[in-house]
Amino acid sequence: MLSYAVFVALMLVTAAVALSFWRLLCGPSMPDRILALDTLYINTIALLVLLGIHLSSALYFEVALIIAVMGFVGTVAACKYLLRGDIIE
Amino acid sequence: MLEIFVSLLILTGAIFTFIGSLGLVRLKDFYTRIHGPTKATTLGVGSLLIASMLYFSSLEEIVSLHEVLVTLFLFITAPVSAHLLTKAALHLGLQSLAKLPGYLVNTRHHEKKVK
Amino acid sequence: MYRLLPHPMLTLILAGIWLLLVNSIHIGQIVLGLLLGWMIPLLTTQFWPERVRIYKPFYLLRFVGIILIDIVQANFTVARLILGNPDRLQPAFVSVPLILKSDLAISFLANVITLTPGTVSAHLSHDRCHLLVHALHVSNTEELVNTIKSRYETPLKEIFEQC
Repeated sequence: MLSYAVFVALMLVTAAVALSFWRLLCGPSMPDRILALDTLYINTIALLVLLGIHLSSALYFEVALIIAVMGFVGTVAACKYLLRGDIIE
Repeated sequence: MLEIFVSLLILTGAIFTFIGSLGLVRLKDFYTRIHGPTKATTLGVGSLLIASMLYFSSLEEIVSLHEVLVTLFLFITAPVSAHLLTKAALHLGLQSLAKLPGYLVNTRHHEKKVK
Repeated sequence: MYRLLPHPMLTLILAGIWLLLVNSIHIGQIVLGLLLGWMIPLLTTQFWPERVRIYKPFYLLRFVGIILIDIVQANFTVARLILGNPDRLQPAFVSVPLILKSDLAISFLANVITLTPGTVSAHLSHDRCHLLVHALHVSNTEELVNTIKSRYETPLKEIFEQC
Protein backbone atom coordinates (compact mmCIF):
# COMPACT_ATOMS: atom_id res chain seq x y z
CA MET A 1 0.00 0.00 0.00
CA LEU A 2 2.62 2.48 1.12
CA SER A 3 5.09 1.57 -1.63
CA TYR A 4 2.41 2.09 -4.31
CA ALA A 5 1.47 5.46 -2.83
CA VAL A 6 5.13 6.54 -2.76
CA PHE A 7 5.52 5.36 -6.36
CA VAL A 8 2.50 7.37 -7.60
CA ALA A 9 3.59 10.38 -5.56
CA LEU A 10 7.11 10.24 -7.02
CA MET A 11 5.62 10.25 -10.52
CA LEU A 12 3.37 13.24 -9.72
CA VAL A 13 6.21 15.26 -8.18
CA THR A 14 8.50 14.46 -11.11
CA ALA A 15 5.77 15.75 -13.45
CA ALA A 16 5.62 18.90 -11.31
CA VAL A 17 9.41 19.31 -11.68
CA ALA A 18 9.05 18.98 -15.47
CA LEU A 19 6.25 21.59 -15.54
CA SER A 20 8.22 24.16 -13.54
CA PHE A 21 11.30 23.43 -15.66
CA TRP A 22 9.25 24.30 -18.74
CA ARG A 23 8.31 27.63 -17.15
CA LEU A 24 11.97 28.19 -16.24
CA LEU A 25 13.06 27.69 -19.84
CA CYS A 26 10.41 29.77 -21.64
CA GLY A 27 9.09 32.12 -18.94
CA PRO A 28 8.76 35.46 -20.73
CA SER A 29 10.16 37.65 -17.93
CA MET A 30 12.79 37.52 -15.21
CA PRO A 31 10.35 37.26 -12.21
CA ASP A 32 8.70 34.30 -13.98
CA ARG A 33 12.01 32.49 -14.11
CA ILE A 34 12.79 33.23 -10.46
CA LEU A 35 9.32 31.99 -9.48
CA ALA A 36 9.93 28.79 -11.47
CA LEU A 37 13.28 28.33 -9.71
CA ASP A 38 11.61 28.84 -6.31
CA THR A 39 8.99 26.21 -7.21
CA LEU A 40 11.79 23.86 -8.32
CA TYR A 41 13.41 24.17 -4.89
CA ILE A 42 10.15 23.30 -3.14
CA ASN A 43 9.54 20.39 -5.53
CA THR A 44 13.03 19.11 -4.79
CA ILE A 45 12.25 19.18 -1.05
CA ALA A 46 9.14 17.09 -1.78
CA LEU A 47 11.18 14.64 -3.89
CA LEU A 48 13.80 14.26 -1.16
CA VAL A 49 11.19 13.62 1.55
CA LEU A 50 9.56 10.99 -0.67
CA LEU A 51 12.94 9.38 -1.36
CA GLY A 52 13.61 9.29 2.39
CA ILE A 53 10.33 7.42 2.99
CA HIS A 54 11.01 5.10 0.03
CA LEU A 55 14.47 4.13 1.28
CA SER A 56 13.46 4.30 5.01
CA SER A 57 16.42 6.57 5.71
CA ALA A 58 16.25 9.75 7.79
CA LEU A 59 19.47 11.02 6.21
CA TYR A 60 17.73 12.90 3.41
CA PHE A 61 16.04 15.24 5.87
CA GLU A 62 19.19 17.32 6.40
CA VAL A 63 19.59 17.73 2.63
CA ALA A 64 15.98 18.95 2.38
CA LEU A 65 16.54 21.46 5.20
CA ILE A 66 19.67 22.88 3.59
CA ILE A 67 17.94 23.16 0.20
CA ALA A 68 15.06 25.02 1.89
CA VAL A 69 17.46 27.53 3.49
CA MET A 70 19.62 28.02 0.38
CA GLY A 71 16.61 28.27 -1.92
CA PHE A 72 15.07 31.06 0.13
CA VAL A 73 18.34 33.00 0.25
CA GLY A 74 18.80 32.58 -3.51
CA THR A 75 15.26 33.79 -4.30
CA VAL A 76 15.62 36.82 -2.04
CA ALA A 77 19.01 37.73 -3.55
CA ALA A 78 17.69 37.46 -7.11
CA CYS A 79 14.61 39.61 -6.26
CA LYS A 80 16.81 42.17 -4.56
CA TYR A 81 18.95 42.33 -7.69
CA LEU A 82 15.87 42.99 -9.82
CA LEU A 83 14.58 45.65 -7.43
CA ARG A 84 17.81 47.56 -6.86
CA GLY A 85 20.23 46.47 -9.58
CA ASP A 86 22.66 45.48 -6.85
CA ILE A 87 22.80 42.93 -4.05
CA ILE A 88 25.25 44.38 -1.55
CA GLU A 89 24.66 48.06 -0.96
CA MET B 1 -4.34 1.71 9.81
CA LEU B 2 -1.44 4.11 10.18
CA GLU B 3 -0.08 2.93 6.85
CA ILE B 4 -3.33 3.88 5.07
CA PHE B 5 -3.32 7.31 6.72
CA VAL B 6 0.33 7.91 5.74
CA SER B 7 -0.40 6.80 2.17
CA LEU B 8 -3.37 9.18 1.95
CA LEU B 9 -1.26 12.07 3.26
CA ILE B 10 1.50 11.29 0.74
CA LEU B 11 -0.98 11.20 -2.16
CA THR B 12 -2.67 14.48 -1.09
CA GLY B 13 0.71 16.16 -0.76
CA ALA B 14 1.89 14.98 -4.18
CA ILE B 15 -1.39 16.04 -5.84
CA PHE B 16 -1.18 19.53 -4.31
CA THR B 17 2.48 19.89 -5.34
CA PHE B 18 1.51 18.89 -8.88
CA ILE B 19 -1.42 21.36 -8.96
CA GLY B 20 0.88 24.17 -7.81
CA SER B 21 3.26 23.56 -10.71
CA LEU B 22 0.32 23.12 -13.08
CA GLY B 23 -0.85 26.61 -12.12
CA LEU B 24 2.60 27.89 -12.99
CA VAL B 25 2.12 26.65 -16.56
CA ARG B 26 -1.64 27.15 -17.08
CA LEU B 27 -2.35 30.66 -15.83
CA LYS B 28 -1.99 33.66 -18.09
CA ASP B 29 -0.04 36.43 -16.34
CA PHE B 30 2.67 36.60 -13.69
CA TYR B 31 0.49 37.98 -10.91
CA THR B 32 -1.94 35.06 -11.10
CA ARG B 33 0.84 32.51 -11.61
CA ILE B 34 2.40 33.40 -8.25
CA HIS B 35 -0.68 32.04 -6.42
CA GLY B 36 -0.06 28.43 -7.47
CA PRO B 37 3.42 27.85 -6.01
CA THR B 38 2.92 29.93 -2.87
CA LYS B 39 -0.23 28.19 -1.68
CA ALA B 40 -0.77 24.77 -3.22
CA THR B 41 2.89 23.83 -2.95
CA THR B 42 3.14 24.92 0.68
CA LEU B 43 0.28 22.65 1.75
CA GLY B 44 1.61 19.88 -0.51
CA VAL B 45 5.06 19.84 1.06
CA GLY B 46 3.47 20.37 4.50
CA SER B 47 1.38 17.20 4.28
CA LEU B 48 4.32 15.23 2.80
CA LEU B 49 6.39 16.25 5.82
CA ILE B 50 3.62 15.27 8.26
CA ALA B 51 3.47 11.87 6.52
CA SER B 52 7.25 11.51 6.86
CA MET B 53 7.00 12.46 10.55
CA LEU B 54 4.36 9.77 11.24
CA TYR B 55 6.26 7.18 9.20
CA PHE B 56 9.60 7.65 10.95
CA SER B 57 7.93 7.87 14.38
CA SER B 58 6.33 4.45 13.81
CA LEU B 59 9.51 3.01 12.27
CA GLU B 60 11.97 3.95 15.01
CA GLU B 61 9.49 4.04 17.91
CA ILE B 62 10.81 7.39 19.09
CA VAL B 63 8.94 10.58 18.28
CA SER B 64 10.61 12.16 15.25
CA LEU B 65 9.73 15.84 15.21
CA HIS B 66 12.46 17.49 13.19
CA GLU B 67 10.31 17.61 10.03
CA VAL B 68 8.32 20.33 11.81
CA LEU B 69 11.36 22.55 11.29
CA VAL B 70 11.19 22.37 7.47
CA THR B 71 7.41 22.94 7.53
CA LEU B 72 7.78 25.94 9.82
CA PHE B 73 10.60 27.35 7.70
CA LEU B 74 8.57 26.98 4.48
CA PHE B 75 5.49 28.57 6.05
CA ILE B 76 7.56 31.58 7.11
CA THR B 77 9.65 32.00 3.95
CA ALA B 78 7.12 31.26 1.18
CA PRO B 79 5.09 34.48 1.79
CA VAL B 80 8.26 36.56 2.05
CA SER B 81 9.62 35.39 -1.30
CA ALA B 82 6.17 35.78 -2.89
CA HIS B 83 5.96 39.37 -1.61
CA LEU B 84 9.43 40.18 -2.94
CA LEU B 85 8.68 38.60 -6.33
CA THR B 86 5.45 40.58 -6.71
CA LYS B 87 7.28 43.73 -5.70
CA ALA B 88 9.99 43.08 -8.30
CA ALA B 89 7.33 42.42 -10.96
CA LEU B 90 5.53 45.69 -10.09
CA HIS B 91 8.88 47.50 -10.22
CA LEU B 92 9.59 46.12 -13.71
CA GLY B 93 6.00 46.92 -14.76
CA LEU B 94 4.99 43.48 -16.02
CA GLN B 95 1.77 43.07 -18.03
CA SER B 96 -1.21 42.27 -15.82
CA LEU B 97 -4.73 40.99 -16.49
CA ALA B 98 -5.98 43.10 -13.61
CA LYS B 99 -5.89 46.88 -13.70
CA LEU B 100 -2.65 48.16 -12.14
CA PRO B 101 -3.24 50.67 -9.35
CA GLY B 102 -2.85 54.28 -10.46
CA TYR B 103 -0.19 55.53 -8.10
CA LEU B 104 2.35 52.89 -9.14
CA VAL B 105 1.96 53.73 -12.83
CA ASN B 106 2.40 57.43 -12.04
CA THR B 107 5.60 56.97 -10.01
CA ARG B 108 7.12 54.94 -12.84
CA HIS B 109 6.47 57.70 -15.39
CA HIS B 110 7.92 60.17 -12.94
CA GLU B 111 11.09 58.07 -12.61
CA LYS B 112 11.46 57.95 -16.38
CA LYS B 113 11.16 61.74 -16.59
CA VAL B 114 13.84 62.17 -13.93
CA LYS B 115 16.20 59.89 -15.84
CA MET C 1 18.62 41.75 33.79
CA TYR C 2 17.75 43.42 30.49
CA ARG C 3 21.40 43.59 29.40
CA LEU C 4 22.13 40.01 30.34
CA LEU C 5 18.99 38.50 28.83
CA PRO C 6 17.71 40.92 26.18
CA HIS C 7 15.08 38.68 24.56
CA PRO C 8 13.80 35.86 26.80
CA MET C 9 11.19 34.74 24.24
CA LEU C 10 13.84 34.47 21.52
CA THR C 11 16.03 32.43 23.85
CA LEU C 12 13.24 29.90 24.39
CA ILE C 13 12.40 29.76 20.66
CA LEU C 14 16.05 29.22 19.68
CA ALA C 15 16.43 26.46 22.30
CA GLY C 16 13.30 24.78 20.90
CA ILE C 17 14.64 25.01 17.34
CA TRP C 18 17.94 23.47 18.47
CA LEU C 19 16.12 20.56 20.13
CA LEU C 20 14.08 19.99 16.95
CA LEU C 21 17.26 20.10 14.85
CA VAL C 22 19.13 17.46 16.86
CA ASN C 23 15.85 15.52 17.29
CA SER C 24 16.42 14.46 20.93
CA ILE C 25 15.53 15.75 24.39
CA HIS C 26 18.68 14.63 26.17
CA ILE C 27 19.62 16.85 29.14
CA GLY C 28 22.93 17.83 27.54
CA GLN C 29 21.18 18.99 24.39
CA ILE C 30 18.72 21.10 26.45
CA VAL C 31 21.63 22.84 28.21
CA LEU C 32 23.44 23.39 24.89
CA GLY C 33 20.23 24.73 23.31
CA LEU C 34 19.66 27.19 26.17
CA LEU C 35 23.32 28.28 25.95
CA LEU C 36 22.99 28.93 22.20
CA GLY C 37 19.65 30.68 22.76
CA TRP C 38 21.32 32.93 25.33
CA MET C 39 24.46 33.72 23.30
CA ILE C 40 23.00 34.31 19.83
CA PRO C 41 20.65 37.18 20.86
CA LEU C 42 23.47 38.68 22.94
CA LEU C 43 25.85 38.72 19.96
CA THR C 44 23.24 40.04 17.55
CA THR C 45 21.62 42.71 19.75
CA GLN C 46 21.91 45.41 17.10
CA PHE C 47 19.63 43.47 14.73
CA TRP C 48 16.80 43.50 17.29
CA PRO C 49 16.25 47.17 18.03
CA GLU C 50 12.75 47.04 19.50
CA ARG C 51 11.35 44.77 22.14
CA VAL C 52 8.49 42.55 21.04
CA ARG C 53 5.55 42.56 23.39
CA ILE C 54 2.65 40.19 23.17
CA TYR C 55 -0.31 41.51 25.13
CA LYS C 56 -2.62 38.53 24.78
CA PRO C 57 -0.72 35.22 24.39
CA PHE C 58 -3.84 33.04 24.45
CA TYR C 59 -5.37 35.13 21.65
CA LEU C 60 -2.20 34.41 19.66
CA LEU C 61 -2.65 30.65 20.07
CA ARG C 62 -6.29 30.86 18.98
CA PHE C 63 -5.30 33.07 16.04
CA VAL C 64 -2.66 30.53 14.88
CA GLY C 65 -5.31 27.79 15.01
CA ILE C 66 -7.73 29.87 12.91
CA ILE C 67 -4.92 30.56 10.39
CA LEU C 68 -4.05 26.86 10.05
CA ILE C 69 -7.68 26.01 9.25
CA ASP C 70 -7.85 28.92 6.79
CA ILE C 71 -4.64 27.78 5.04
CA VAL C 72 -6.14 24.36 4.31
CA GLN C 73 -9.39 25.95 3.08
CA ALA C 74 -7.55 28.46 0.89
CA ASN C 75 -5.46 25.70 -0.65
CA PHE C 76 -8.56 23.83 -1.77
CA THR C 77 -10.01 27.08 -3.20
CA VAL C 78 -6.82 27.88 -5.13
CA ALA C 79 -6.51 24.30 -6.42
CA ARG C 80 -10.10 24.47 -7.70
CA LEU C 81 -9.43 27.81 -9.41
CA ILE C 82 -6.26 26.50 -11.09
CA LEU C 83 -8.01 23.39 -12.37
CA GLY C 84 -10.98 25.45 -13.64
CA ASN C 85 -11.09 27.56 -16.77
CA PRO C 86 -8.27 30.18 -16.58
CA ASP C 87 -10.20 32.60 -18.82
CA ARG C 88 -13.00 32.93 -16.27
CA LEU C 89 -10.74 34.24 -13.46
CA GLN C 90 -11.25 37.81 -12.32
CA PRO C 91 -7.91 38.90 -10.80
CA ALA C 92 -7.75 42.33 -9.18
CA PHE C 93 -5.46 44.62 -7.23
CA VAL C 94 -7.07 45.72 -3.98
CA SER C 95 -5.74 48.39 -1.64
CA VAL C 96 -6.30 47.61 2.05
CA PRO C 97 -6.11 50.56 4.47
CA LEU C 98 -4.14 49.64 7.59
CA ILE C 99 -4.76 50.52 11.22
CA LEU C 100 -1.71 48.58 12.46
CA LYS C 101 1.37 50.59 13.35
CA SER C 102 4.20 48.32 14.50
CA ASP C 103 6.54 46.63 11.98
CA LEU C 104 6.04 43.14 13.37
CA ALA C 105 2.26 43.34 13.21
CA ILE C 106 2.31 44.62 9.60
CA SER C 107 4.70 41.90 8.42
CA PHE C 108 2.62 39.31 10.27
CA LEU C 109 -0.51 40.57 8.50
CA ALA C 110 1.24 40.53 5.08
CA ASN C 111 2.40 36.93 5.60
CA VAL C 112 -1.05 35.80 6.76
CA ILE C 113 -2.69 37.48 3.75
CA THR C 114 -0.29 35.69 1.39
CA LEU C 115 -0.86 32.31 3.02
CA THR C 116 -4.64 32.43 3.29
CA PRO C 117 -7.54 33.49 1.12
CA GLY C 118 -6.44 33.45 -2.56
CA THR C 119 -4.51 36.71 -2.16
CA VAL C 120 -0.86 37.80 -2.27
CA SER C 121 0.43 40.93 -0.57
CA ALA C 122 2.26 42.97 -3.19
CA HIS C 123 3.36 46.37 -1.95
CA LEU C 124 3.33 48.49 1.20
CA SER C 125 2.94 52.19 0.52
CA HIS C 126 5.69 54.51 1.76
CA ASP C 127 3.57 56.07 4.53
CA ARG C 128 2.66 52.52 5.78
CA CYS C 129 -1.05 53.21 5.51
CA HIS C 130 -2.05 51.02 2.57
CA LEU C 131 -1.19 47.45 1.72
CA LEU C 132 -1.63 46.55 -1.94
CA VAL C 133 -3.04 43.04 -2.34
CA HIS C 134 -3.44 40.94 -5.48
CA ALA C 135 -6.40 38.57 -5.47
CA LEU C 136 -6.66 35.58 -7.80
CA HIS C 137 -10.41 35.64 -8.17
CA VAL C 138 -12.60 38.28 -6.57
CA SER C 139 -16.13 39.36 -7.39
CA ASN C 140 -16.71 41.86 -4.59
CA THR C 141 -13.63 43.84 -3.56
CA GLU C 142 -15.28 45.59 -0.60
CA GLU C 143 -16.24 42.27 0.91
CA LEU C 144 -12.63 41.06 0.59
CA VAL C 145 -11.28 44.15 2.34
CA ASN C 146 -13.84 43.77 5.13
CA THR C 147 -12.97 40.07 5.57
CA ILE C 148 -9.24 40.82 5.82
CA LYS C 149 -9.84 43.66 8.29
CA SER C 150 -12.24 41.83 10.59
CA ARG C 151 -10.74 38.33 10.41
CA TYR C 152 -7.01 39.07 10.55
CA GLU C 153 -6.24 42.71 11.29
CA THR C 154 -8.40 43.21 14.39
CA PRO C 155 -7.00 40.16 16.27
CA LEU C 156 -3.44 41.19 15.34
CA LYS C 157 -4.08 44.67 16.70
CA GLU C 158 -5.31 43.22 19.96
CA ILE C 159 -2.34 40.84 20.22
CA PHE C 160 0.57 43.12 19.34
CA GLU C 161 -0.65 46.64 20.13
CA GLN C 162 -2.26 48.03 23.21
CA CYS C 163 -5.64 49.51 22.40
